[in-house]
Amino acid sequence: MSGVLFQIVQFALTAALAPLVTGLVRRVKARLYGRIGPSPLQPYRDLWRLLRKEPASAQTASPLFFASPAVAFVALWLASGLIPTFTTDLALASAADLIALVALLALARFATALGGLDVGTAFGGIGASRDMMIAALAEPAILMVIFTLSLIAGSTGLIRIIGFMLGGGVGLEISLSLALIALLMIAIAENGRIPIDNPATHLELTMVHEAMVLEYSGRHLVLVEAAQMLKLLLYLSLVGAIFAPWGIAETDTPDGLMAGLVLYLMKLAVGAAGLGLFEVAIAKMRVFRATEFLGGALLLALLATIFRLIAETI
Amino acid sequence: MLALTVGALGALLALGCAGVGTTRAPLLAASIYVAAAIVSAALALIGAIRLALPVEAAPESLILPIGLPWLGLHLRLDAVSALFLVIVHAPATVIGLFAAGYARHEHAQARVLPLYPLFVAAMTAVLIADDAYAFVLAWELMSLASWALVLAHHDEADTAPAAWLYLVIAGLGTVCLMGAFGVLAAGAGAYDFASLRAAHLSPLAGAAVVLLVLLGAGSKAGLMPLHAWLPPAHSAAPTPVSALMSGVMTKVALYGLIRMLFDVAGPVPWGWGAALTVIGGASAVLGLLHALVQTDIKRLLAYSTVENLGIAAIGIGLALVFRATGQTALATLALTAGLLHAINHALFKSLLFCGTGAIAVATGTRDLERLGGLLARAPLLALGMLAGCVAIAGLPPFNGFVSEWLTFQAILSSPRLPEPMLRLAVPLVGVLLALAAALAAVCFVRAFGIAFLGRPRSPEAAAARAPERSLIWPVLVLGAACLILGVLPGLGIGLIDPVARTLGLPGFPGGGAFALTVGLGSGRAAVYSGLALLLAAGVLGLIVTLALRRFSPTPARRGAAWDCGFPEASPTTQYTASSFSQPLRRVFGPAFMARERVDMPKPLETRAAGFAVQVADPIWSALYRPAARLVEALAERINVVQFLTIRRYLSLTFGALVLLMIVVAFGT
Repeated sequence: MSGVLFQIVQFALTAALAPLVTGLVRRVKARLYGRIGPSPLQPYRDLWRLLRKEPASAQTASPLFFASPAVAFVALWLASGLIPTFTTDLALASAADLIALVALLALARFATALGGLDVGTAFGGIGASRDMMIAALAEPAILMVIFTLSLIAGSTGLIRIIGFMLGGGVGLEISLSLALIALLMIAIAENGRIPIDNPATHLELTMVHEAMVLEYSGRHLVLVEAAQMLKLLLYLSLVGAIFAPWGIAETDTPDGLMAGLVLYLMKLAVGAAGLGLFEVAIAKMRVFRATEFLGGALLLALLATIFRLIAETI
Repeated sequence: MLALTVGALGALLALGCAGVGTTRAPLLAASIYVAAAIVSAALALIGAIRLALPVEAAPESLILPIGLPWLGLHLRLDAVSALFLVIVHAPATVIGLFAAGYARHEHAQARVLPLYPLFVAAMTAVLIADDAYAFVLAWELMSLASWALVLAHHDEADTAPAAWLYLVIAGLGTVCLMGAFGVLAAGAGAYDFASLRAAHLSPLAGAAVVLLVLLGAGSKAGLMPLHAWLPPAHSAAPTPVSALMSGVMTKVALYGLIRMLFDVAGPVPWGWGAALTVIGGASAVLGLLHALVQTDIKRLLAYSTVENLGIAAIGIGLALVFRATGQTALATLALTAGLLHAINHALFKSLLFCGTGAIAVATGTRDLERLGGLLARAPLLALGMLAGCVAIAGLPPFNGFVSEWLTFQAILSSPRLPEPMLRLAVPLVGVLLALAAALAAVCFVRAFGIAFLGRPRSPEAAAARAPERSLIWPVLVLGAACLILGVLPGLGIGLIDPVARTLGLPGFPGGGAFALTVGLGSGRAAVYSGLALLLAAGVLGLIVTLALRRFSPTPARRGAAWDCGFPEASPTTQYTASSFSQPLRRVFGPAFMARERVDMPKPLETRAAGFAVQVADPIWSALYRPAARLVEALAERINVVQFLTIRRYLSLTFGALVLLMIVVAFGT
């Protein structure tokens, strides 16, 4: 029963925190650029404002255009609920493993890309095409990371992986650190951050994700933006849960849960600050350089697997 | 039940004969397709009943006194045959009903109708054959019937070369199978499968058998590098036949692989399993890369068949590897993954081909560049096709994801293999599978998005009307089946379980109708429950809908598209199928030998600018051209024999006779 309760708390938590994390990243970036920047709570106000506005859409938009942001949002929300954040006692965490999680992300992307193609404009097409290309290159890399984790922990289930990491069975391992770097690179690409894509750009030809969702407005844009924020939170939670699982409660004690919650918030803050710092320090690449970036991620993940296999053989 | 199956075969042959005279009347033609569908339904039911029997029940067998005089015709129905009866005939039932609706639009009915039931009957006969003679006979009948069906629209430009290539490669495949049976029979002394099973072969002869089977059945399944015939042939055939060939006949090829490699040719060394796995991985990626740049939907689907058969081959190859190294529980997992993917592919590929037929009826074209905006004109068709596209892209909650998930789990179990080489090689196949899965999503976003979304790209697409109901509901039924098998994968695995146990493997490790649990001992476990995820998604979706209703009640306003302030009225400014795949065409350029030609007029020149892309399959220049040249050169040499005097012919005959007698004398 507690599993269901914590699952509900987790869904509420991820939905509530997602705009804050994005606001935090923007704030950190602004400060590093020497601006004051808006409050970290600004994304909440933006979403509320968009929600109250009258949505305007093209005459050529089909029902799929309106359904796709909802499908993408629900898939991402569901995926974010599968990652243990403060406790492993989640009702759904044992209903899906990491491969299913990746597939849910792919479903969200599928829906968004169809939404981009729906109105029949050049920008929607260019965004959808490039977004799908980046995803197609990122997916093999993330599956190799999963392969490495499954080699180390013996399962693709997140609870088992976290339990194994918390159990102290692993020391500092070269394959784990390679997998971490690969996962960070994938997270940057999948979230459309610099150097792959620029979430703040207004120069149309350099946009990928923003071009794809150009036609959305009002409440539909709320879902699109919120889905993007959830995705960022999801990747930060995933990296935190696998590579910094400290504090995630494996037994339901009030102290343990409180500690897990506080540590989770701290992990998110550290992750958001780190992302802001990274984005300020680096320049955006040309679209076709993304191949090299993600090829690098795939190679690192592959090396992680091979090192691990060799270590097991010896 | 075997007698009933044979009776059904007879009924199909009778329907074929009845089809000869009734081609002028569309209603009669439709009723023959419906009758064929009813027979298919009965055969699928027979298969399902046989699978429900306890595994220990002895397989029924039957010897008919026709065929070779000393051999007879051996027939047998065991769990493996029964599963493939279901895989073949469940989609064939729906395709038959689709064909009945499609009959009005088929202009070459005289060339299709008599052969269609014959083709279905030949596929069934392969599944129940129990001796080498019957197997090869049925196999060749299946090839020839489908070849004649490919030629049905012989007046179209691409058809004749496609059919010719198909005939050559199908002939090659049959010769390979005959060779395999010949080597086996040499060690057994008889041609029925029971004797072949007991044959004792030298390692070299055993290797020859496996290689010949891989070439013979693999070419029919469209595995690399013998896939070149498949895309042109499958796209040239009339649409219901394309659905049968792509969705169903390739599964008969898989049956051939499984029957030979798991059963008749005995245990196979792990090297062959590894080879099949690698071939499967290569087919998956290369098939999909080529699907990605096609603009003809049927050709795109045919290339994607190469991909999906590659995925099934990965599962079957891994099962061979695991079985040869003694890990039978993992062998069951891998075999289940491969067979489940075969079932799933049969469903969604039939769906997509039927849907393409409906698109062609609605618009008169199947060229993606001329479609667009069909969702508004045929919403139900779009719904069914969307289900098929999501399923084939391997996304939850549909069935394609379940079998890909199982295949990944089988690959992830490879570290428990004893051979270090295998432990390093199988993860690389995992990368190929992951790449194929990701590219499949791109490919089917493109296929659905360009055909059904956006604005119409041609007057035909703008004038399209929804096709009649009889063409749409088969698509919807298959889509519902894809969803059900995705949410309740236990239904499919329950069908496969008796097969694994018939082949001497343990039952599926862990499972249940509602959640897939892969528990593989020593703490390795993974769970996927489509039902739980679907229910949770339903609740979350409800929350989102209610929240939007409550806080954002303003109705949406419709206007011109925003498009950064410069909306362009002409539909040619939309993204096209070619431009959608351009980024990946650049990234994987060498795989297509892609050549882009830009013709840009100089300033003040008045001619139009031009842009053309050429893609080609490198396998042609690497393998097929040299092979064709070799055959031609050899033929030129042998041609000399055609112009000899009668004395020379007689002496040649005499020499051959002497040689044969020497061989016989020393051979025994």
